[in-house]
Amino acid sequence: MIVTESWYLIVSALLFAIGATGLLVRRNPLVMFMCVELMLNAVNISFVAFSTALQDLAGQTAVFFVLVVAAAEVVVGLSIVVAVMRRRPSATVDDLAELKG
Amino acid sequence: MMELIVFVISAAIVLGGALGVILFRNPVHAALSLIASFFGVAVLFVSQEAHFLALVQVVVYGGAIVVLFLFVIMLLGVDREEDITEEPFEGQRVSALVSGVLIFAMLMAGIFLSGRTGDDAGDFGPAAISGSSGQVVPLTEEQDVVQLGHDLFTRNILAFEATGLLLTIATVGAVVLVRNRGAEDLVVDEPGTSSR
Repeated sequence: MIVTESWYLIVSALLFAIGATGLLVRRNPLVMFMCVELMLNAVNISFVAFSTALQDLAGQTAVFFVLVVAAAEVVVGLSIVVAVMRRRPSATVDDLAELKG
Repeated sequence: MMELIVFVISAAIVLGGALGVILFRNPVHAALSLIASFFGVAVLFVSQEAHFLALVQVVVYGGAIVVLFLFVIMLLGVDREEDITEEPFEGQRVSALVSGVLIFAMLMAGIFLSGRTGDDAGDFGPAAISGSSGQVVPLTEEQDVVQLGHDLFTRNILAFEATGLLLTIATVGAVVLVRNRGAEDLVVDEPGTSSR
């Protein structure tokens, strides 16, 4: 059997669905961030799969930018979590409904 | 055959790691499971000839991002176990599962009903893009890092510089956010006032 692009896309779809489910189920803000990373990785897999299938470099360039944006997002997101957790050490996302410190 | 074996193993690692992230109660275990998932993704990249992206995946995701997660988890001491059987509102687990299945079904419909699959020439093939507007940057036999660098610094130079600015803003933003505003509990070691 030959591994075609559809297989990579199926793995990507599964990974995205798992990440989305985790984002909806978990309440720890850190774990929710991890689920967002999973979804970004799912998109990266499909970008590379399309890049290989279409013999087009633009897909790989897009993955590069997704990596940079993901890094920036994690930095800012985690510093917000740190700022919140300092005041309320046991906060779940339900307690963060209002953005007052 | 070799490609199939590599694909199956790495896909199992990716999906198993992802399931671990959402099922482990302890956030530290979830972060370690996330590393496994990222490494599986890197192997998938290698099997698709994207060697540079696989390297960056390991260094940036496995190295930097997960370590940042672990630092925050351990420094904040939020590594207590979360009771994931307790639902904040009734039916959350079920509705989340239904949403996940629906998202998966939607993506699968997008993949298989797009009209590009099922052709004789494998899946997509160059024929599928023959109608595009000439924006295609063809992959050549050159090393992928050479091609990627060339594309990044010619065609995408503006986006590249914008991401540089974005990273600077993110760094400054992180410093501003975690800065201790109340200076009363911050021991400032000013020169001259020190007893030493």
